[in-house]
Amino acid sequence: MTTTDPTLTHTDTGGDSPDDGAGTGTRGTRIIGIATIIAMGWLVAFGLGFSPEDRDQRESVRLLYVHVPTIWIAYLAFTVTAISSGMYFFGKKKSLGWDRLAGASAEIGTVFVAVTLVIGAMWGRLTWGVFWQWDARLTTTALMFVTYIGYLAVRRLGGTHDQRARRSAIIGMIAVLEIPLVHWSVRLWRSLHQEATVLGTDGDVSMDGLMLFSLFVGVIAFSLLYLWLVIHRTRVMAMEDLLDDRGLDDALAARRAEVVPNSNQSNSNRADSNRADSYQDGTV
Amino acid sequence: MEDAGFIIGGYVLTFVTVSFMAWRVVLAGKRLGKSVPPEDKYWR
Repeated sequence: MTTTDPTLTHTDTGGDSPDDGAGTGTRGTRIIGIATIIAMGWLVAFGLGFSPEDRDQRESVRLLYVHVPTIWIAYLAFTVTAISSGMYFFGKKKSLGWDRLAGASAEIGTVFVAVTLVIGAMWGRLTWGVFWQWDARLTTTALMFVTYIGYLAVRRLGGTHDQRARRSAIIGMIAVLEIPLVHWSVRLWRSLHQEATVLGTDGDVSMDGLMLFSLFVGVIAFSLLYLWLVIHRTRVMAMEDLLDDRGLDDALAARRAEVVPNSNQSNSNRADSNRADSYQDGTV
Repeated sequence: MEDAGFIIGGYVLTFVTVSFMAWRVVLAGKRLGKSVPPEDKYWR
């Protein structure tokens, strides 16, 4: 295989299997991937099939087996972003690995929040009769979504990798403060959204056993998916950074190579000019 | 099932979204992996 830039070409060993040397897959990620697919299958079976309908919400409760796990895993993802950002910002080594983990985790968390908002809107349509209300929980969740879109935009601003890491680390550590705001918004303000059924302050879980199990399956499935995605995305980011650095090195080398012949050329021109002057002077 | 369109549609939308993300990440990994020598892949 060849690319347009021969300096960036590495021999492809062929084939599409994860063992072919290309890609970000390893034995560990394949195991996590298979476990994720199995867990997702279980989620569909329990979420849509085995779990009973709710007395009040009826069948719409089935959407909550996706809605609740995705926002919990988004909380986890943004917490990982904040911790990784802190490790980069306050750490002595300033390892870009922490920055890449923070960025990868934020990307996945943002997608999960988007899923939460869309599924929540569908659930709201069935339960409340409207897709959207400017309710405290919905509004703070939308605000969190926009904040992390901003975080991802900041990561794409120009500059060196260290500049990217520093500015995004600051935002990552501040943005995480929205999680308690979102979670406790239903208690802080009058809200249409129901209060926490599982992670409430009283510690009591007021759910049917099979419903709770379906929710548990959802949490496991999306946790595995998060883990699989964050590993792969972090590795992709490491390769992007490496190729960025190498591209810069190559550009500098090419520039230096341009400068040397040009300087030789200008010396040669200067010599020709001197020679011409000498001819005019009649000294040659 | 009541409101099957909304409920099944919600699940389908979720799985399509996360599958698309996973596919993009794997594809980017394969594309970039061809330009990066194995010694620079810390996971190898």
